[in-house]
Formats: sequence, structure tokens, C-alpha cells
Amino acid sequence: MNRGLPLPKFTYWRAVFLTVMALGAYAAYLRFLHGLGASTHLSDDFPWGLWIGFDVLCGVGLAAGGFTLAAAVHIFNIEKYKPIVRPAILTAFLGYLLVIVALLFDLGRPYRIWHPLIMWNPHSVMFEVGWCVTLYTTVLALEFSPVVLEKLRWRRALKVVHGALIPLVIAGVLLSTLHQSSLGSLYLIVPHKLHPLWYTPLLPILFFLSAVTVGLAMTIFESWHSSKAFGRQLEVPLLRGMARLLAVLESAYLVMRFLDLARRGALGPAFEPTPEAGFFWLEIAFMAVPALLLYFVRVRANPKALYWCAVLAIFGFITHRLNVSVTGMERASGVQYVPKWTEVMVTLAIVALGFALFRAAVQYLPIFERGGEEERPSEMLASAGATQAGS
Amino acid sequence: MASKAVLFDGTLCIGCRSCESACAEKWGLPYDEEIAAEERLSEHKLTTVVTRGERYARRLCMHCVEPTCASVCPVGAFRKTDLGPVIYEEWRCMGCRYCMLACPFHVPAYEWSKTLPKVRKCDMCNERQLAGKVTACTEACPTGATASGDRDAMLAEARKRLAENPAQYDGRIYGVGEVGGASVFMLSAVPLTQFGYRSDLPAEPLPVLTRRALAFVPDVVGVGGVLLGGIYWITHRREAVAAAEGKNRAPRRNHE
Repeated sequence: MNRGLPLPKFTYWRAVFLTVMALGAYAAYLRFLHGLGASTHLSDDFPWGLWIGFDVLCGVGLAAGGFTLAAAVHIFNIEKYKPIVRPAILTAFLGYLLVIVALLFDLGRPYRIWHPLIMWNPHSVMFEVGWCVTLYTTVLALEFSPVVLEKLRWRRALKVVHGALIPLVIAGVLLSTLHQSSLGSLYLIVPHKLHPLWYTPLLPILFFLSAVTVGLAMTIFESWHSSKAFGRQLEVPLLRGMARLLAVLESAYLVMRFLDLARRGALGPAFEPTPEAGFFWLEIAFMAVPALLLYFVRVRANPKALYWCAVLAIFGFITHRLNVSVTGMERASGVQYVPKWTEVMVTLAIVALGFALFRAAVQYLPIFERGGEEERPSEMLASAGATQAGS
Repeated sequence: MASKAVLFDGTLCIGCRSCESACAEKWGLPYDEEIAAEERLSEHKLTTVVTRGERYARRLCMHCVEPTCASVCPVGAFRKTDLGPVIYEEWRCMGCRYCMLACPFHVPAYEWSKTLPKVRKCDMCNERQLAGKVTACTEACPTGATASGDRDAMLAEARKRLAENPAQYDGRIYGVGEVGGASVFMLSAVPLTQFGYRSDLPAEPLPVLTRRALAFVPDVVGVGGVLLGGIYWITHRREAVAAAEGKNRAPRRNHE
């Protein structure tokens, strides 16, 4: 899955892509015509599985690069990151759209997905997440719209969006802060079900911090792939800077994680011979290795090492979220949940769709700034708009 | 009308399952020997007798005083009525199943086999209660193991039985000290953990846990908004000042 982009073996990957999509379509048919019982291994004992644990919890987190980079460039005015804002916002926008697609698979009555917008329950974390995701997807659509408007050369619309850019970015950061942490808050209600290695009142803070961290890792990941696929120069100095921040944030996260475990007296179970302990250390290893390695200048200077550190950090993030949603919930549920092939296929198809859409967008829209040689009028307008908004 | 409750006394239960069949009949659900033997809550079994040797317990929705399901549901499909039942409004439900994940008593069941499923759970015969009648299971019980009536009266009755025959019971009324209290009380000769009930539930209602986190939302928006606006103003002001001070000295850009 991680080499969906490179060109050299294009026909091979195209075949893989088509196979995944065909199987995904069949799985979708089973899901929507025969119901959740026929297409998943979910049960009354285990009502949330892969689609929530990976597609939603990981999907939203992996798309966090959008708000962090938008904030870095537009709020903190760190201009050097400007070349990678657009790909990050594209990733975020696609990510959120695909999360919504995944939700449509998981909800028992997907055609009622809009209900939280009119049937309010402000006590519900899920209600808050629903609203934030809806609003933030709208914000992302607007943040992304200049790319399309430039292509279409709709200058007036472009000007309007640029004028609203800063409020949009601020709204995006606030909405992201709220729902990235709230995904963790979802599990605050199950102190009796979630294993002590993962249940903590700090869940919202850990979810937020890990999302910001993995957002950086994803940006490194996609920059590397895009440079391979499109023969672009890799923005090594930029990625180095992000890698350093990644190391710092990941370390802070791990320190907080262990202090919390120690304070709650929950470190004991980590040293018992249980599957939970195994998955816990896997999660910690995936996070700690890149966190340590990225402190070395030599590692940060080597694009390949940088790339693999980012991949490890992404794995660590995914392992943590799956541990919260699956590993940590199994014991109390009394069942062992292993996703059915249909669940896996739908998830793979959604991931593959994400790669394909990203690729298509990069190919047909001005996502990456071309190095100077073909400065288009639309780009000049864009930068004019940016300074205008900045004055 | 006063809030109602159900009192189940395991020492009086003979395991005849009349409550199960009455419940199935009320909901129009199938009921036969095979279903009777399942002994677990599901989409077609909203209450069940659980057998452990010669001892019996019942499982059904506990109708919590502060229901976790009602708190977590994003569309407010669950509601605790003044009469005591926690009811489910199917037309709101989008099927996220957060109620199932969150319920500390593992009660809500889902119609997994249907293409347009809904959640199923006991509603303490809400419509019968409104009509002033006792629940179907109470009416069907031949021994009085299941009783229903005003919550205060049921609780007093449970306490009385414990006081009069302390040797007969394990000494606790299940449903009083669990997650803020329930409207179903259980008495048993042996600890209910033997029947799958949890004895380690916190005494305070679970919704308190998420309410605490949600209380930060206005702060994040208010403080965060001001903070971000301030940072934006400072970082861009610096640039504007630099530009105004010396037009010959271009603002720092990334020419490395």
C-alpha cells in the first residue's frame, strides 16, 4: 500500500489498485444489501471494529497535517513551509472525505448521517465530533478551493476566498483541536471496559498530541512519495525541520504517556505476559525508535532514513489507536475480534482511493509549486492575495 | 406519577422463563425452546434468565437514573422518562452503536441481520406503565420473583427482605450503588458476578466523565481563538514593521 504512487511499476500497481477496488466494490455490495451482520465480525459484544478503529480514528488523525501546516504558515508566519501547505491540505481534505465514506459503511442507517446536525445532544462527545468534522470538512473544502479556482482562473472567487483565509485557518485549528482530542474523549465513558494500559483521563490530550505528531510524519511521507512519483526535488531542509519537531513532540508524548501510566499505577500490566502487553510495547517501540533516531543530524539529513522514521511514527500512531479501539476493548468484551475480509477490503479500497485521488489531484491541479521556470499569472495572484490577507 | 422500578429477587426465581416469553410476546418477537436456551440478551431477546446450577438471575435493561446511553447518543435517541423507563426513539437513530460500546451493563443489542437495523432493548413496558399497569414480565411471574411498582417502594421492599433474612442473600442490592443508581434492583443469594454482572462499576454516573472533557470546549474556542488571532497579529506585524522601517531591507524569505 505504501508504494501506490511511484511510476516505475505503474502497470503492476494499477493492477493491484483495480483488484482492490473490485473486491472493495463486492464488499460494499455485501455490506449494503446484506447488512452489517453478513459483512462484518461485529457483534453485540464488539460493536466497533476496524471501520471505526482504523478508518475513522486513524483517518482523522492521519489528516491532521492540514491544520498544523496551515497554522504554521498562515498564523505563525513560518514562510519556509509554504511549499508543502497545499499537499497537506489536500491530504486533509481527502482524508476527511474518506472518513465520511467509511462512516457511511459503518453506520447502521447511513442515510441518517445528518441527524446530529438537527437532533442535538450536547452531552454527547459523538455529537461534538460530528459537528466539528462537518464544519472542518467545509473549512478544508474552502481552504483547498483556491487550487481549483486557480485552475479555472476564477479570479473574483479566488479573491473572496483569500480574504477569508485567516478566519478560516483559525476556525480550522480550533475545530481540529476540539475533535482530534474528542476522538480520545469518546473512550472516557468506558473506564470499566478499556484496559488500564490505555484508559486514562488524559486520552483527549494524548489523541490531540499524537495527531499533531503524525500529521508531521504524514507530510514527510507524502513529500517523499510525491518526489519519487513526479521527479520533484525533495524539500530536504523543510523535512529536516519537521523531523526535528516530530522527534520533540513524539518524545513529549512518550514522557506524558509513561508519567500517566506510572501515576495511575498501570505499569504493572505492561510486564505481564499478555497479548495486551505485547501490543503495548509494539506501539511504544514504533513511536520511540523514530523519536530517538530523529535527534541525530545524520538521520535527519538522509532522506531515506527520514522517510522510514516517518513510516515508523505512522505505524506507532496506528497501533495506539487500534490498541485503544480493539486490543484494549477485547478482554472486557469476552470475545476476540478479527475483522472479516469484507471489512479489510472496504478499508483497503478506501485507502487505495485516497492514494489515487491524491495522485490525480497532484497531476491535474497546481498542488506543488513548480520551481520558478513557469510562474503562472494565477500563482502571482495567489501570492498577491496572501500578502493582501496578511496586511 | 412517581418513578417506577423493577425488583428481581433471585431467591424466589424458579427459572420458568415466563418473563422471557411474556416479553417476547409483548414485542412480537419469536420465542421457542432454542431461543429460551440462549440465555443472553440479543435483538430477539430483550430479557433473559441466566442459570447457574440451581440458581437464577435475570438480565434486562437497568434503566439507570443517569443513563450512559442517553448521554452518549449523538442524536438523543435515548431518554429517561419521569416514569422511570429509559426509552429509545428509533426514528432518530443513525446506527453509530456508541450506546452499545458505552453501556456498563452491556444491554443494547443490534439487529445485525437486518439491512436497516435498529437498537433493541427493554423499555420497562413504557406504554403499560403509562396505562398504570405493571410490566409484562411482572405480570407473568408466578412466584413474585419479579415485582414492579414505585421506585421508593421497591427499594424499601428490597431493604426489608435483606434485613429480615440476611442469611438468604449475599448482602447487597444491585442497582443502587452502580453508576449513580438504576431503576432495576437485583437481590441474589450469591454474588451476581456469577451471572455476568460486574461488581467493579464506579459509584458515580459515567456521563460525568465525558461531561468533564466537554466542559473544555468553550475555553478552547474562546482562549484558542484569541491566542491564534494574537499570534497572527504579532507575527505579521513584525513583518509589516520590518518592511516599513527600511524598504531596502527586504523581509526575510527562504533563500537558503
